[in-house]
Amino acid sequence: MKINLIIFGQLCELLGENLVLEDVSDTDNLKTLLNQRFPGLVGAKYLIAVNKKVITGKTKLMDNSTVALLPPFSGG
Amino acid sequence: MILRHFGQAGQEKLSQAKILVIGAGGLSCPALQYLAAAGIGKIGIVDDDIVALSNLHRQTLYNVNDIGSSKAERAADALRKMNPEIVTISYNERLTNQNALVILDEYDIIIDGTDNFSSRYMINDACVLLNKPFVYGAVSQFQGQLAIFNYKKTKSDKSVNYRDLFPGPLKENEVLNCAEAGVLGVLPGIIGTMQANETIKLITGIGTPLINRLLTYNALNNHVYELELNTRQETRSLIPEDENAFLQMDYDWLCGTGDVPYEIDFSLFNEMLTSGNIDVIDVRELNETPAINEFISLRIPFNQLHENMSLVKSDTIVMICQSGKKSLQAAKELKTIFGTSKEIFSLRGGIIQWKQQHAKELL
Repeated sequence: MKINLIIFGQLCELLGENLVLEDVSDTDNLKTLLNQRFPGLVGAKYLIAVNKKVITGKTKLMDNSTVALLPPFSGG
Repeated sequence: MILRHFGQAGQEKLSQAKILVIGAGGLSCPALQYLAAAGIGKIGIVDDDIVALSNLHRQTLYNVNDIGSSKAERAADALRKMNPEIVTISYNERLTNQNALVILDEYDIIIDGTDNFSSRYMINDACVLLNKPFVYGAVSQFQGQLAIFNYKKTKSDKSVNYRDLFPGPLKENEVLNCAEAGVLGVLPGIIGTMQANETIKLITGIGTPLINRLLTYNALNNHVYELELNTRQETRSLIPEDENAFLQMDYDWLCGTGDVPYEIDFSLFNEMLTSGNIDVIDVRELNETPAINEFISLRIPFNQLHENMSLVKSDTIVMICQSGKKSLQAAKELKTIFGTSKEIFSLRGGIIQWKQQHAKELL
């Protein structure tokens, strides 16, 4: 199974704008994988949305789920 | 008025509306322009900053003649010229937890056009306490965010606020802000205009406003991404319970902006010297040595800073002293004078340490 990541804001500098990951069971698992692959991400604040819905707790991922990572913006 | 679904009734609603725009910068300028042109009855503008040359590429209500003048006042003037029929009120002060509830209470809808987290959390919390809808916009480099928070059509509706997204507080150094990360000038123009549009939709009841949804716009490829937001259980416990608790909050401290003057080290200072366009101010007493011959600096003793501020021309200032302590104090002092209109730094370790490191480099 694969999931599609869409990355926003400053996180793009770290992860690029799009990323496809294989074999990720849930969002906790996803965070662990990303932190291992991109150590710069550890401690960064961002929202996670699964299929365009912002989630707060651990959420199961399905084949072809789209996960968006959104950091906060402060500029004006 | 001839617009479908809008008509005389829509226009009437606009003329009855009272909108507060916080910040008079990149997001707020276009928002203010369209709100005034649309005939919003009363518009308040809060900002304690002054217009700087580096603002003009995105803060379109101002021109070169406004440099050094109050943003809130210049913006209100510009709107009055555009539409003399509306009431514009400028608050030439910084919005703090001490004045926020009093000012916000006068208005129906609050537009956030600020550029830092401590203001955003404070505005969010104040809006929750006062039960006011909050039209949020923010930008970073090439992307912008937009949402309507804290809007309830009926009392039982659930409404999302900023803390449901980022319970916070967020420290400024966890995310780059505009000054550090830069922003494409037209982007706050687009997002600010969208904030005005959402506000007009809320007032007149047309269309589908972005209630409890977050829109992200990418200026490079025009991609728009919309997310459905949800409340979080812990959010309410993070927001001050009542007015008294709000008055006790220290948002600057929570968001790590309390120590505003920024200390720079030897190498960053040298880079700034090379790139030019900075004023180096030596705040030591006139008899203090060693003299500085290696770069151009201006000697203004600490206690004479205020009366000599007219000598400071550049938008970037580095304060320097013997050890770096007095200069840090001086930088804080200058921050209170210039706000965010100038970038103010202090050289860590002072001239003594700089000379030592400089001598080493020459070896």
